[in-house]
Amino acid sequence: MMSKMLKRMITSIQIQNTLKSFFTEIGELSYFAGRFFKEVFTRPFEFKELLRQCYKMGNRSLFLVGITGFILGLVFTLQSRPTLLEFGAQSWMPSMVSISIVREIGPVIIALICAGKISSGIGAELGSMRVTEQIDAMEVSGTNPFKYLVVTKIMAATLMIPLLIIFGDAIALFGSALVENLKGDVSFQLYFNKVFDAIEFSDILPATVKSFFFGFAIGLVGSFKGYNCTKGTVGVGEASNSAVVYTSMLLFIIDFIAVFVTDIFFEI
Amino acid sequence: MEPSKNIGPILRIKDLKKSFGDNHVLNGFTLELFEGENLVLMGKSGSGKSVMIRCLVGLMQPDEGSLEIMGKDISKLEQKEFNELRTQLGFLFQGSALYDSMTVRENLEFPMRQQNKTEEESLKLVLEALDSVGLRDAIDLMPEELSGGMKRRIALARAIILKPKIIIYDEPTTGLDPITAKEIIQLMRNIQQNYKTSSLIITHDVDCARVISNRMILLIDGINYAEGTFEELSVNKDEKIQAFFK
Repeated sequence: MMSKMLKRMITSIQIQNTLKSFFTEIGELSYFAGRFFKEVFTRPFEFKELLRQCYKMGNRSLFLVGITGFILGLVFTLQSRPTLLEFGAQSWMPSMVSISIVREIGPVIIALICAGKISSGIGAELGSMRVTEQIDAMEVSGTNPFKYLVVTKIMAATLMIPLLIIFGDAIALFGSALVENLKGDVSFQLYFNKVFDAIEFSDILPATVKSFFFGFAIGLVGSFKGYNCTKGTVGVGEASNSAVVYTSMLLFIIDFIAVFVTDIFFEI
Repeated sequence: MEPSKNIGPILRIKDLKKSFGDNHVLNGFTLELFEGENLVLMGKSGSGKSVMIRCLVGLMQPDEGSLEIMGKDISKLEQKEFNELRTQLGFLFQGSALYDSMTVRENLEFPMRQQNKTEEESLKLVLEALDSVGLRDAIDLMPEELSGGMKRRIALARAIILKPKIIIYDEPTTGLDPITAKEIIQLMRNIQQNYKTSSLIITHDVDCARVISNRMILLIDGINYAEGTFEELSVNKDEKIQAFFK
């Protein structure tokens, strides 16, 4: 009897501690985001570093995003084709693929890929800078490391992820058009005419707006995990790993909210 | 350069206290550094040396006590004023703390970002600092291409780039082989003579303390347990003091 009660008490304490640490983390992340908004509008602006980060995140992710987008469009079309053929609805392929990719699959998949590459990269970079006292060295030299390192990275991710998503969507549609061209004798011109007929403003705007939030989440969580890294080199690994996990989770939450809001304004 | 005690301390720490939970690391530590002086601070690992300097440069908030740099109480300064004051401090980190993603030149230019210097002026200062540490040829190298001793020299060059009045050395010879350690100690002496700086040196290295110190403080149990010249302390009969010189 006593043992059961003791077990229940221990479980209850463990749940309490887990909840406490979860809400503490949420609070700290919110404070971190608040500090970003405070610092982003104050001088000095770190344009040079912002451009460097944009190049690093944007240009160096192009290949990965391109490959992912191409395979995404290719596989999606190949998998959908037999079903549409069965119903004699293969002419719907361009509109179905384009709406799915532009509205949902493209932004989410590419944001997840970028979470793996960019968010973990930021987490690892800032984490290693923290444990090797490089951030302290910046602070001692009279530079605001938060502004120089964090604000520029979050800004760059917020600006670059939407561009990467647009690029990835375009490549995915090209992959899809290629399959249709090879398997269905549909010309590229006809395919893209049908794509642009099908896509409307209400498909592009919400997807673009949410991709800015995806970018912000990727930059924010990676920076938060790296900047607050402790426990030496083990901590760097943890920061990098948890940056990906938390960002991925946050991306799905943002996506859910975005779909909900889009439904209110555009009636999907 | 002989220390000048006539014009008051350039750096003053008074009754500094800092605890982490029940662990009282500093219990009223006091220190005064005079112009042109090389003050060596020795203490066991975990005795609070690093905590003290982190409080001094604003990386940590003390629980109690006052910290004055060049007559200014840092707790009363605005962040902008404190950042300006920080340019008068050079800091050599134990692990060098060079920025991995930047070249040696960019590392050295980094502290000058708020100084509105032209490219020519910056380059001149960078070359001057690199000449002081004998590594002019390393200007375009990345930190990963440097040996441990070279990294320490470049970090030293970065610490002196703005010609600070005070340089704080956090274990400058730790992790280096004896020959490189001697070279670093010699460099520290040269810099002190050429740049007329005051130095606060935290070290475990008795050789370093012997060669470079004008005065020493032994930090034990969070307070300045003993103070004096190397010669005075090295012949002291107190067991706790002798433990440092064995």
